[in-house]
Amino acid sequence: MSDNSIKFPMRTPLGRVRGLGSAKGGTHHWWMQRVTSIALLPLTLWFVFSAASMTGQSFEATQAWIARPFNAVLLLATIGLSFYHAAIGVQVVIEDYTRGELVRTGGILAVKGLCWILALVAGLAVLRIAV
Amino acid sequence: MATFTLPKNSTIQTGKTYKAEAGAKNVKAFKIYRFDPDTGQNPHYDTYEIDLDKCGPMVLDALIKIKNEVDTTLTFRRSCREGICGSCAMNIDGMNTLACLKPIEDVKKDVRITPLPHMPVLKDLVPDLTHIYAQLRSIQPWIKTETAPPPDEERRQSREERSKLDGLWECILCFCCSTACPSYWWNGDRYLGPAVLLQAYRWIADSRDEATGERLDFLEDPFRLYRCHTIMNCAATCPKGLNPAKAIGEIRQLMIERQG
Repeated sequence: MSDNSIKFPMRTPLGRVRGLGSAKGGTHHWWMQRVTSIALLPLTLWFVFSAASMTGQSFEATQAWIARPFNAVLLLATIGLSFYHAAIGVQVVIEDYTRGELVRTGGILAVKGLCWILALVAGLAVLRIAV
Repeated sequence: MATFTLPKNSTIQTGKTYKAEAGAKNVKAFKIYRFDPDTGQNPHYDTYEIDLDKCGPMVLDALIKIKNEVDTTLTFRRSCREGICGSCAMNIDGMNTLACLKPIEDVKKDVRITPLPHMPVLKDLVPDLTHIYAQLRSIQPWIKTETAPPPDEERRQSREERSKLDGLWECILCFCCSTACPSYWWNGDRYLGPAVLLQAYRWIADSRDEATGERLDFLEDPFRLYRCHTIMNCAATCPKGLNPAKAIGEIRQLMIERQG
């Protein structure tokens, strides 16, 4: 109620509700949240059990494990999906709780940028060992 | 940030206590939110001690008794007193419900009554519902068709098609659900909320309606529809036992279905 009633004090209630109309979006974002969370279930389990079973292994053995194509591919998938999932998840938190276009858009861009960088760094690390 | 605390002029203070009449044996205290816009004062809780031996069984009975016999200035909405008009929706003992359907004996301690949460208060237990009514109007809650009805009979519907409306048509628009929804609290200016989305689905699910796609277009929006995070307060609080979150889920399923 707050934002619009301050911006348009004389507008009719229906005019305020209709506002700028439908954004014709949101479905893809919501669906991807569901899809990535389901995909991450087996991937995260695989990653946690693999990492746990590697305890006490030498540096070389760990590198060799990462370099195996099967592991490298799954690692890249885990990294990509995790950061994508994190970015679209935090976006919802920002949209829910922040006020003002500047903070909202700026916050979402910052989070997405950070997730992109971290995903690229993690992906590059795997690729340098594996390729 | 979303506002999590009450503004200074909205913090609730302690008000008067109206003692039960002498000789009353079965006394229950009702702590009721009072706000009068004309005084310029903060809202406060007044306490009314009521003799339950001389009062009907429901919370609404106690409110009417208070208004008739103790304090005529107490303001609240009520009409049918049997759970079909939705007027007496308010927060009783921490839960949004209809005062006419809430037995006093279900509340173990003092009965604390406040208006529906997070709505502008006009006076005492009466919230301003202008915005939420405008939201209801925006989803066009009426049948939309281009085909003319058969000249000598009603528009026909199979039993299966009609059964799709069960769990939807029963909604009485009391708005207990929308005002119990944190997503609606934080983003009610753009999020339509559970009550209005359930109404939207009631027309989307109606086999006689010819504007399903148009209705989905209107809802396809990150805020109008997708602020629902299945918190489920709506289903927990609905005095008619409906499940608005399920209706919202059905709308989303149709959004996916029409893409593939």
